[in-house]
Amino acid sequence: MLEVKNIYKTFNVGTINEKRALNGLSLTLNEGDFVTVIGGNGAGKSTLMNALAGTWFVDEGNIIIDGIDVTKMPEFKRAKFLGRVFQDPTMGTAPTMGIDENLALAMRRGKGRGLKIGITKAEREKYKKLLSTLELGLEDRLTSKVGLLSGGQRQAVTLLMASLQKPKILLLDEHTAALDPKTAAKVLETTNKIISKDNLTTLMITHNMKDAIANGNRLIMMNNGNIVLDIKGEEKKNLTVETLLKKFEEVSKETFDNDSALLSL
Amino acid sequence: MYIESLLSALPGAAAQGLIWGIMAIGVYITYKILDVADLTVDGTMCTGGAVSIMMILSGYNIWVSLLAAFIAGMIAGFVTGFLHTFMGIPAILAGILSQLALYSVNLKIIGKSNQAINVNNFDLLVSLRYISDVPFYKNSIFIGVMFIIAIIAILYWFFGTELGCSLRATGCNPNMSRAQGINTNFNVVLGLMISNGLVALASALYSQYQGFTDINMGRGAIVIGLASVIIGKVLFEKIFRNFALRLLSVALGAVIYYIVLQIVIWIGLDTDLLKLLSALIVAVFLAVPYWKKKYFTKPFKQGGSKNA
Repeated sequence: MLEVKNIYKTFNVGTINEKRALNGLSLTLNEGDFVTVIGGNGAGKSTLMNALAGTWFVDEGNIIIDGIDVTKMPEFKRAKFLGRVFQDPTMGTAPTMGIDENLALAMRRGKGRGLKIGITKAEREKYKKLLSTLELGLEDRLTSKVGLLSGGQRQAVTLLMASLQKPKILLLDEHTAALDPKTAAKVLETTNKIISKDNLTTLMITHNMKDAIANGNRLIMMNNGNIVLDIKGEEKKNLTVETLLKKFEEVSKETFDNDSALLSL
Repeated sequence: MYIESLLSALPGAAAQGLIWGIMAIGVYITYKILDVADLTVDGTMCTGGAVSIMMILSGYNIWVSLLAAFIAGMIAGFVTGFLHTFMGIPAILAGILSQLALYSVNLKIIGKSNQAINVNNFDLLVSLRYISDVPFYKNSIFIGVMFIIAIIAILYWFFGTELGCSLRATGCNPNMSRAQGINTNFNVVLGLMISNGLVALASALYSQYQGFTDINMGRGAIVIGLASVIIGKVLFEKIFRNFALRLLSVALGAVIYYIVLQIVIWIGLDTDLLKLLSALIVAVFLAVPYWKKKYFTKPFKQGGSKNA
């Protein structure tokens, strides 16, 4: 479903702030894979997400989604294949537009936008039903501006938006990091529900080691712009935080340095 | 200071305000919907009139001249959009560049710095003379109202379409828009084109109204446009929530601006100071939301509600 071949990305080339953020990274995801991504600060997790989403182009290497080479495809065209939820709850929605209007925008992802009406009555009914599955009472606030919603509610709506048009790959970039623990757990539960319902191929960055271990069928750990650990199947099921940390120290010869990940143990 | 002299001036002020209301709606599209401060309008507020007047003088139909003015405005908007999106120039600077370039273009269109048109010789749509003692359907206020209604109706429809919704989203959150597959660059250019088209249309009508086109008639137009947007917002925000009514409030803002202007002139203020006064008022009103945010915001509560 996704094939990443040997990608490189360096920021601030030629300055003292030069930073090689992706260092020959390769990754293959099979259909239905739910991969959690973990790594220290500056390991290149978000950079990987942005490379896949097309926020900028990679310096070298190729990105192939469902057999289509998207390496030089601009972000808005690539959006056809991708569902995205960001760390910042304000990033994924248009705050001055209604919940229904936001969903309608997402419903047309990857399709031409012409002079047909932007949102139909039938659509609104459909959105009401879908919103009720979130169990947040949003189905009664269909035309409320998204800017009035809480962070957790916005992330839930963004998740729904990302899955309205079944994406080839769902990209979740620490989408629960900005939420309080209780809300984060609820959003993560919704995430699992949506992923298993449509059997979505998913890449989820998380700052929480427990979440990384408890969710998905595969776990990758990044360090210095590359993948240092790739754990799947039975081994993933039996994984604990302690063995994960030990493995990390073995392969990277350094200690794990993501404070928030360690503090949340 | 006879009140009669003020009262007799008010209908003219209302007609002017309605024409500038069309211009202000154009500014609203860029400034409020697209979140771009577009200074091209100071140039297009002359271009439209120049095109329209010169075409009418050469014998073209008045409606054809209005259409040509609209298209000329759209081209100007396209240039600004191109400078901004394709050449990566900040929007405000891109607008200033087009505005400067338009000065030469406008001079070339008119051929000199101003050109009069006599309402007695041509069947103009609006004019200073068509304020009183004419049948209502020839009255410039009536024509102005009709134009405003038609424009609001078309824009209300357009911004409800898939394309219009994506344009609103572009101004609201460009990151999210791209993630939803919206070509934000295309939408920014399109928005600038529609906006400048409307401004040029207003310019064409205003030139007919005053009976001449002048190379300097667009100077400071952006400030009048912004003032109208702000007046409309401050006065009608609480009661006008619907999009069509929001646009109407902008047009009413322009009418109020011109009526207040007329009153200020009637009181006897030195007219040389008018632009200074306009700039001051706009500056203060632009500062209000900033001050509100900085000094009067309630502390933000972390975390969601119980439903989150």
